[in-house]
Amino acid sequence: MSTSQANSLRNGPDERGRFGIFGGRFVAETLMPLVLDLDKAYTAAKNDPAFQAQIDFMQRDYVGRPSPLYLAERLTEKFGGAKIYMKRDELNHTGSHKINNCLGQILLAMRMGKTRIIAETGAGQHGVATATVCARFGLPCVVYMGTTDIERQKPNVFRMKLLGAEVVPVTSGTGTLKDAMNEALRDWVTNVDNTYYLIGTVAGPHPYPAMVRDFQSVIGNETKAQMQEREGRLPDSLVACIGGGSNAMGLFHPFLDDRSVKIYGVEAAGKGLETGEHCASLKGGSAGVLHGNRTYLLQDEDGQIKDGHSISAGLDYPGIGPEHAWLHETGRAEYVSATDREALEAFQLCSRLEGIIPALEPAHALAFVSKLAPTLPKDHLMVMNMCGRGDKDVFAVADHLGVTL
Amino acid sequence: MTTRLDKRFARLKTEARAAFVTFITAGDPDFDTTLAILKGLPAAGADVIELGMPFTDPMADGPAIQASTQRALKAGASMMKTLDLVRRFRASDSDTPIVLMGYYNPIYHMGVELFLSRATEAGVDGLIVVDLPPEEDDELCEPAMRAGLNFIRLATPTTDDRRLPAVLANTSGFVYYVSINGITGSASPETRNVAAAVARIKRHTSLPVAVGFGIRTPEQAAEIARNADGAVVGSAIVDAIAAEIDPQGRVKPGAAERVLAFVRKLADGVHGARATAAE
Repeated sequence: MSTSQANSLRNGPDERGRFGIFGGRFVAETLMPLVLDLDKAYTAAKNDPAFQAQIDFMQRDYVGRPSPLYLAERLTEKFGGAKIYMKRDELNHTGSHKINNCLGQILLAMRMGKTRIIAETGAGQHGVATATVCARFGLPCVVYMGTTDIERQKPNVFRMKLLGAEVVPVTSGTGTLKDAMNEALRDWVTNVDNTYYLIGTVAGPHPYPAMVRDFQSVIGNETKAQMQEREGRLPDSLVACIGGGSNAMGLFHPFLDDRSVKIYGVEAAGKGLETGEHCASLKGGSAGVLHGNRTYLLQDEDGQIKDGHSISAGLDYPGIGPEHAWLHETGRAEYVSATDREALEAFQLCSRLEGIIPALEPAHALAFVSKLAPTLPKDHLMVMNMCGRGDKDVFAVADHLGVTL
Repeated sequence: MTTRLDKRFARLKTEARAAFVTFITAGDPDFDTTLAILKGLPAAGADVIELGMPFTDPMADGPAIQASTQRALKAGASMMKTLDLVRRFRASDSDTPIVLMGYYNPIYHMGVELFLSRATEAGVDGLIVVDLPPEEDDELCEPAMRAGLNFIRLATPTTDDRRLPAVLANTSGFVYYVSINGITGSASPETRNVAAAVARIKRHTSLPVAVGFGIRTPEQAAEIARNADGAVVGSAIVDAIAAEIDPQGRVKPGAAERVLAFVRKLADGVHGARATAAE
């Protein structure tokens, strides 16, 4: 049973872009008029059936949606508990869920008359998806990427270049996702007239967290319909990995009012929460303001942002989308974590048992599934978001396993 | 309430001079050097001092101020030490206004009320917080005003006439006009555009308008001073500080004196501007 409109958890954010105390628009004055314009343009687009039709068409013929909801029989058997379904967003064009958002935003950018696209990327999945839609629609594309990430995600760097994007190495900070985001913001503030900043996750100033969530909600909406068709009912639990949290929000949001559905977000515990070397903003951070929104952040006692650590470049971000921060505080979703080592084990297990090489990011979700599923009855329906494929990670994984390629 | 900033700009007006506003980062390259420079700034011609609160992620700043922030944090800078610098400066100077400039998170993390009481107690006069637009005024701007601090807002080329009243509504002390779209220390502004922009802002407010971003030389500072109530120089001074660090990362002897000599040249540019114009 869905709750009535007034009690719905799906109404956020408010007109200030807040989910409870989280979210908002904490940006420099130069950007503020742009952010307000974007809000207006997105609201208009959202209510235009032609815009939605354009997205639907491209999602079907270009991305390959709907992605399958796949019953992972061998993993189900192995864990001996809950029935495990995988939402196969790794089968999308470009190999991850990132394209869902990029498609929506580039169509919006063109509606707004913007002629240049910039983006930040960590693992390179969002960079590749952005470069892809830019190639498809003929817009120049600049992707900011930290030097550390460039080193560990070489295949994606080359992919972006093949697609015609310019990849700008970012050396500041530790050369990871947060530094790339700083640099993209500096570009945007300098090129306000023609440039559209295509943010890859459910973070940043309002309306980005809500807009990216809306574009990613296709994941959850499809899951709901597919589960209804397969099992004739709602799933009992949802599991997704969280860096900024866009794949998770896309899966979770359509189910927020279905209170029987348990929701689990899996953060990267890196070398272990107790070591301080992790990216678990909710479990190991506190409320703060960065990159345009208030949310949970990894920070020191002076409010300086700490660098995260994760084996997965895509989860290596010291913040988390503000709506997750709110779902955490209200208790609607439960946030847990998985370590580098657990993710590596899940990565190998999934490859061998299901013939699916997952990205290191969803390997974190699977690591939690491997703990939770055995404790649940066989009629428990669990959906795990397989949000990306692992081709990009094979070199890094080989390295961690001590294999020379 | 008349603040140090109000008094300073009122006096400069009677003297028909533009204000020379200097920016340095607190704790760059270390606490003692900052304190020495800070104490020497008024004598070197600074009318208003902006003291940067270091933050790991200075999103609106260019390479010069990013690097200065990194140097400061590496040398152990913190919000408490920044406030201590102000307190020590105030012990010997009760007239020169000090404005803290930076980002919201370190303030939020300390707690707004605690920060405000510590800042007023230390002798801070105003705040410039880059990532707090008027839409977020209830966060810090309104509490700061209640605490008797000026909240100085940035107006930019993207702030159009429709938006300007909202930006100016809770601004006090002065208005900081960011002369270019971009980050600190980047391209220099066109004087013609600056004059028009200052005139536009003055149609909406009686507050003094200081102009910054991209001013690097005494000549540029003089140009700006002819067209505005103040000229802000940051990155160029910060670069002069960076030049005082040897390849081993040590601060060279006599660093503060040489930095202050450079500040003096900039100050002469600003203060001589209107005299030159009148000739």
